[in-house]
Amino acid sequence: MLTILFDGVAYGMLLFVLACGLSVTLGLMNFVNLAHGAFAMAGGYITLVLVNRAGVPFFAGLPIAFIASALLGALFERTLYVHVYGKSHLDQVLFTIGLVFMSVAAVDYVMGSQQVFIQLPDVLQGRFDLFGIGVGRYRLLIIVVCGLLTIGLQLMLSGTRFGSRLRASVDDARVARGLGINVNAVFALTFAFGSGLAGLGGALGAEILGLDPTFPLKYMVYFLIVVTVGGTSSITGPFVASLLIGIADVAGKYYVPKFGAFVIYTIMIIMLILRPQGLFARATGK
Amino acid sequence: MARSLLEEAAHRLATRARWRPLEYVFWLAALASVWHGALHLPERYLILTEVAWLALFALSLDLILGYAGIISLGHAAFFGLGAYAAALLAKYGIVTEPVLALVVSGLIASVLGFATSFLVLRGSDLTRLMVTLGVALIMREIANQIPELTGGADGLQGVVIAPILGLFEFDIFGHVSYVYCLIVLFVLFLLARRIVYSPFGLSLRAVKGNPLRAASIGISVNARLVAIYTLSAFYAGVAGALLAQTQAFASLEVFSLERSADLLLVLIIGGTGYLYGGLIGALIFKLMQDWIANLTPQYWQFWIGLVLVLIVLVGRERIGQWTGGLWLLAERAFRRAAPGTASLAAPPGKGH
Amino acid sequence: MPVALETQGLVKHFGGIAAVNNVSLRIEKGARHALIGPNGAGKTTVINLLTGVLRPSSGRILLDGADVTALEAYKRVRRGLARTFQINQLFLDLTPLETVGLAISERMGAGNNWWRLVGTNPAVTAEIVEILGRFNLTDVMYERTGHLPYGKQRLLEIALAIACRPNVLLLDEPAAGVPEDERHEILATVAALPKDVTVLLIEHDMDLVFAFADRISVLVNGTLFVDGAPDEVARDPRVKAVYLGESLDA
Repeated sequence: MLTILFDGVAYGMLLFVLACGLSVTLGLMNFVNLAHGAFAMAGGYITLVLVNRAGVPFFAGLPIAFIASALLGALFERTLYVHVYGKSHLDQVLFTIGLVFMSVAAVDYVMGSQQVFIQLPDVLQGRFDLFGIGVGRYRLLIIVVCGLLTIGLQLMLSGTRFGSRLRASVDDARVARGLGINVNAVFALTFAFGSGLAGLGGALGAEILGLDPTFPLKYMVYFLIVVTVGGTSSITGPFVASLLIGIADVAGKYYVPKFGAFVIYTIMIIMLILRPQGLFARATGK
Repeated sequence: MARSLLEEAAHRLATRARWRPLEYVFWLAALASVWHGALHLPERYLILTEVAWLALFALSLDLILGYAGIISLGHAAFFGLGAYAAALLAKYGIVTEPVLALVVSGLIASVLGFATSFLVLRGSDLTRLMVTLGVALIMREIANQIPELTGGADGLQGVVIAPILGLFEFDIFGHVSYVYCLIVLFVLFLLARRIVYSPFGLSLRAVKGNPLRAASIGISVNARLVAIYTLSAFYAGVAGALLAQTQAFASLEVFSLERSADLLLVLIIGGTGYLYGGLIGALIFKLMQDWIANLTPQYWQFWIGLVLVLIVLVGRERIGQWTGGLWLLAERAFRRAAPGTASLAAPPGKGH
Repeated sequence: MPVALETQGLVKHFGGIAAVNNVSLRIEKGARHALIGPNGAGKTTVINLLTGVLRPSSGRILLDGADVTALEAYKRVRRGLARTFQINQLFLDLTPLETVGLAISERMGAGNNWWRLVGTNPAVTAEIVEILGRFNLTDVMYERTGHLPYGKQRLLEIALAIACRPNVLLLDEPAAGVPEDERHEILATVAALPKDVTVLLIEHDMDLVFAFADRISVLVNGTLFVDGAPDEVARDPRVKAVYLGESLDA
């Protein structure tokens, strides 16, 4: 049972790293980016090509995935997304779904439609026993990396000037502009950073979640659920939500295989029933 | 000819509901298309059948999106339920006569609509998008988890559809399918038209425009929304049943996000809020999809995605205005050709 | 005199702030009651509580003696309570003809009829024309509401509430935003309201208030300050202080 918990925590933390960019974008720019998973997929495939074909070591591939996805995110943000910021949520949803369709088909064309696996270094393979818990080495890596990232994010938000500018912009963009904060630059940097995190998550997650061209579609719902349940006004909300969902999903699929998948959908609907406005309405009431 | 004030007022109130000449043209063309094969034109009955039930599906979404202002990203839930219901009813011989099975499937879908309607009553547009998507995905997962009944990822095999009314057997060329779908579309269209121009329909437009004020003049907003949502689910279920009956097949992808997204695209192309948007949009969409699929059979989803992106960048209202503008132009041309026909009311094509 | 509308200890909290604090009003049938107070005093919140747009944190609301505190907004309309909004809340895509028609057919219970076509009920049509005539809107009744000038929209706002044939009518600053030369039309309309309709009026225009009201309540920071006949309120030094900022000893 503790093994299940461990696996669930690993899964949850991975979800968090993948989804927190989406949460911040939604909370910051009030923008629904359903194509977030595409950046994760990009990170996964870039790492795949580098590690499997170019012989780059796995541990070097991870930060490269982050940087590459961040650059991709910045590029898309400045050229495409910026035109859609002011539009209605329906428009944003349609726009990003369109991007997802395009990216899924493009990756299918370039890389083929089969599921792919990144070659892991030997040190990450297998499990060892720790106080009766079956600790998978790869999952341990995920927990360590994601845990460090989470702590780093929280420190950055609360301790740095960028962090306070970000929090100010989330709270009230107009006032933040009035104070001289370059909100557009904050948006662009945050979007890039969130996409980078997604790319890193995609590279890390390839082993556990499975990497194929339909990744953005398959996991979009999970990201949305994290954001729904966790809210958009902090880091801790999505973090707790991701853990909850990770554990619930793993436990659900293990104990009640028939209904495992429903657990998270049901959680999402219940949350939306209980707090339909509360989760997406910002404190300032915009 | 001077009408009294009362007569003029009554006339003006009823103006929206009057049949426009262009509407007659549309349905006469649809009727004529039934015989296009006999005119030695290339036979496209199969694709026209798809246009017909897609049009009905789009009409169902227009009822809630264009008239009540409810956004849904998961209308495929009702479509898929109707499809599986019809397929299963036929396969296990529970209801063999297709028209009866059609109605039963629609009713089953409407039960789901009624049960989930309370989810879309409150909350922002974003909440509604998420919730409706969630419901569709749950339906898909349910179908996935009971492959004994639904055939799972391979789809439901061995479905045989009996002749319609015991008389008209489905043929492989799609003649019977097309006429069947067209008649169902027409009948349900007439019903929708009646409802939309009734006091109930007017109150829906009030709710869409200003729900706060609607409640303040005594309209029971939630009850109206539940009613139209349930009706919309019925229409979507019937459309799904038509797919299942004309293809003798149903599979998991009837619940997919792609289906709900394609449906939104259909309504965007055609425009919402004037009932014909779904019909016109379905025709254009299917023709476009067919053309693209002939060019690149494997990657047509890329081009659909591109169309979505471009439409949003250009602006949905502008597209709706173009379609609405064309409609108005056609209308004006027609009135010049046949003066004395019904006057024009508020122009269509106003998107959500 | 029977009481048309009454609140008992009405309280509404937003976060830590009491926007409405222990407000008890008694409005008699047929009264012309004004609710005045500085901006932000909570007057519109009181109206929103009375009509059911907001739920009170505590307290009761009685309409014609019946407890309606938990009753939904649209049901209170059917019990005879109607209101206008400070900022016009109209159906911009509908014509005045259709707008007023909606209110009338709802009142008649024919609002959810899905089979009959709009315009085929002569009783409704006749009443629409009569009401719009009374409010001088006949010449614009076929136009889209969104295209009407502000003054006409304001008249429609009141006409719409009247179309519900309320027993109690709540007017939230009916003259707000109306240009000077169109104000008199609004004021005359308010003055001409039927005598058996109970009216609660929120207004800043003191001329209108003192010309119209037979009873005035003053709301300050969510609390009912003074409640009495117009001349009592006019002479009360505390009211002057609140409005003019003078100290109480002056």
